[in-house]
Amino acid sequence: MVHATTEMTLNTVELMAIPLLPLFGAMAAGLFGWVLKDKLSHWITSSCVILSALLSIHVFTQVLNGAEFYGNFWTWIASGDLVVNIGMMIDPLTTIMMVTVTVVSACVHIYTIGYMHGDPGYPRFFSYISAFTFSMLVLVMGNSFFTLFFGWEAVGLFSYLLIGFWFKRESATTAAMKAFIVNRVGDFGFAIGILAVWYYFGTVDYREVFALVEGFVATNQVMHFMGMDVEALTFICLALFVGAMGKSGQVPLHVWLPDSMEGPTPISALIHAATMVTAGVFMVARLSPMFEYSEVALAVVIIVGTITAFMCATIGLVQNDIKRVIAYSTCSQLGYMFVALGISAYPIGIFHLMTHAYFKALLFLAAGSVIHAVHHNQDIRLMGQLRKYMPITYITMLLAGLALAGIPPFGGFFSKDMIIEAAYARDMGWVSEVAYWALMSGVFMTAFYTFRMFFLTFHNSDRVPAETKAHVHESPWVITVPLMILAVGAVGAGMWGDWGLHMTSEEVAHGYFRDSMMILEEHNPLVKLELLEEDHTKSHFWLEYGALILALSGIFSAFFMYFKESPLPAKLAAMFPGVYQFLLNKWYWDELYAVTIVKPTRALGTFFWQKGDLAMIDRGLIHGVIVNSVKAGASFMRNIQSGMVYHYAYAMVIGVFGLLTYLMLNA
Amino acid sequence: MIPLSNFLIVGAILFSLGVVGLFLNRKNVIAILMCIELMLLAVNINFAAFSHFLGDLGGQIMVFFVLTVAASEVAIGLAILVAYYRQRRSIAVEDINTLQG
Repeated sequence: MVHATTEMTLNTVELMAIPLLPLFGAMAAGLFGWVLKDKLSHWITSSCVILSALLSIHVFTQVLNGAEFYGNFWTWIASGDLVVNIGMMIDPLTTIMMVTVTVVSACVHIYTIGYMHGDPGYPRFFSYISAFTFSMLVLVMGNSFFTLFFGWEAVGLFSYLLIGFWFKRESATTAAMKAFIVNRVGDFGFAIGILAVWYYFGTVDYREVFALVEGFVATNQVMHFMGMDVEALTFICLALFVGAMGKSGQVPLHVWLPDSMEGPTPISALIHAATMVTAGVFMVARLSPMFEYSEVALAVVIIVGTITAFMCATIGLVQNDIKRVIAYSTCSQLGYMFVALGISAYPIGIFHLMTHAYFKALLFLAAGSVIHAVHHNQDIRLMGQLRKYMPITYITMLLAGLALAGIPPFGGFFSKDMIIEAAYARDMGWVSEVAYWALMSGVFMTAFYTFRMFFLTFHNSDRVPAETKAHVHESPWVITVPLMILAVGAVGAGMWGDWGLHMTSEEVAHGYFRDSMMILEEHNPLVKLELLEEDHTKSHFWLEYGALILALSGIFSAFFMYFKESPLPAKLAAMFPGVYQFLLNKWYWDELYAVTIVKPTRALGTFFWQKGDLAMIDRGLIHGVIVNSVKAGASFMRNIQSGMVYHYAYAMVIGVFGLLTYLMLNA
Repeated sequence: MIPLSNFLIVGAILFSLGVVGLFLNRKNVIAILMCIELMLLAVNINFAAFSHFLGDLGGQIMVFFVLTVAASEVAIGLAILVAYYRQRRSIAVEDINTLQG
């Protein structure tokens, strides 16, 4: 990769336009949707986002040639020592996110024209997804923890609004609330993390904080937290990571992500697969100069990522809702990304984020196309043989599935394989060892559940109910064109990222990311991997081809069990009923939370409501003390108001005398 | 020459009569108006007396103002009374108590 020696600067107007265009579209469709009607609403929002995508690509090419930008536009908050500026930090990490977000968003906008056709909330939907795009761009482009936080909360808000978009459905509103509340838990940690950053560093600006980190580590500050002594930097990183766990659906805060599938499919693709849920990954990569100095935080990131990657993959094996299979797959793949971050392979994490964004968005949109065709049925048991009716959806979904399974030369192969190899090479004792084996087994399961869903949908026997069957058809071009665009990304992103952009270069500084991420020399797993592979005394066959073999065997297992109708799956389920039920019920996380958190909280809430609010405040205080004293006071006071003129005249004269006396005495 | 204090005493007596009449009268609204008139006249006597003894005509001019205001006040008051009587068929003070709380 050639470096430009002179640092070019970017056009600030162009940079400002990238987030502001979607905001403009959102406001136009949101405030004037009732005047603009459906057609103008989607024209305005879509063209704004497409323009924003084109500008992002333009900025991307400039950054590729060495341009960077770092600067503040204006001061947002200035309160004592706390100064918060609105500014941008544009570097390779930011631009890859910008391009991913805007391109996927543009595809989703176009797709939505077909998918949401005729929905009563049509302009509102466009307004929300455009506003979401704006928030996500603020999140990735900002140059301080506060802009990050603003974007973080705003994407959460639009996620909530979009999950509950069909607010007449009770399941949608409860899912929206669940997402919001679970995210609150994460965001609480996140907010504490940001405050801790400000407390210890006295600034919330990325560059200033990063410059102070090394010196700060040397001072060995200890923080007293809940009776424990924690290294201050570790505390900060862990608190911030709690936010990432919430937003990116990591165990134990993953429960909202599968439920978020209640929202319309385009937003599942945009928000709950490609962009918002990867905000946590982006955040950790952005803050690599902080996480690098905390071994504990890195280990926690790996452990959480490993558990999520493994657990969600197992759940995905048995789900019957087409979107839920993909949702659990998203959780699982996010786990892979976090493992990549935890083993200090930040570039690979972001690389996987990018490839994943394309193929997972494609997978969701293709699933949406299927759902659209079979009249909003999402149960794969009621599909089958759909390939005859929808060839474009069939092919694009196949490509996305191969990319997700990690078959070369499709997208996922390059990034996922790299994560696994790097996890093997990074010697962190049992932590990275367990991560390696969990990810390996995850590869098999990923391939299996992807193709299980794929075969059940497009092959197997035809189980589509007769009444919908007559209407099954390929989707209109506004749906298939975005699928094809994303298919290009799903197929090509891996090759492009690895061979074109050199995202996997051993020294991050020599690759695409330049100095946008920091990896300590003793951590760098890619250098270790290189050393490992140069050691010719041992065989590296398993290291290099193991994941691929597992992926292929996963696909073949799915092929045997689901390509044709077969009694095998039912037999297998009957053989291990305990395991099957355990997985089908998603490891009983929801039930666990219901017993440990939801029910006690409800009981507490009911107690405060019945005893505190109704009994004490309403009946005791308001209807008791206050109402009675007001009544007594009123019945006394109303006697004064006799209505007799001479009473008033008397009071007036007495008043005048009193006033005069007072004035004379004080004169 | 009658001294000033005599005038003031007459004025005070008239004013007090007016005030007392205001309180004690429970029957007739017209009597209330008359009482108010009486009080205003008591004030007028004070004005005229002071004007004479201080040699300043301003006080006597003020008397005319007060008389004008008193006349218009009575005119309006009586008009209200007539309107009220048409509504209620009574101008007894006891009956005028719509404002009672």
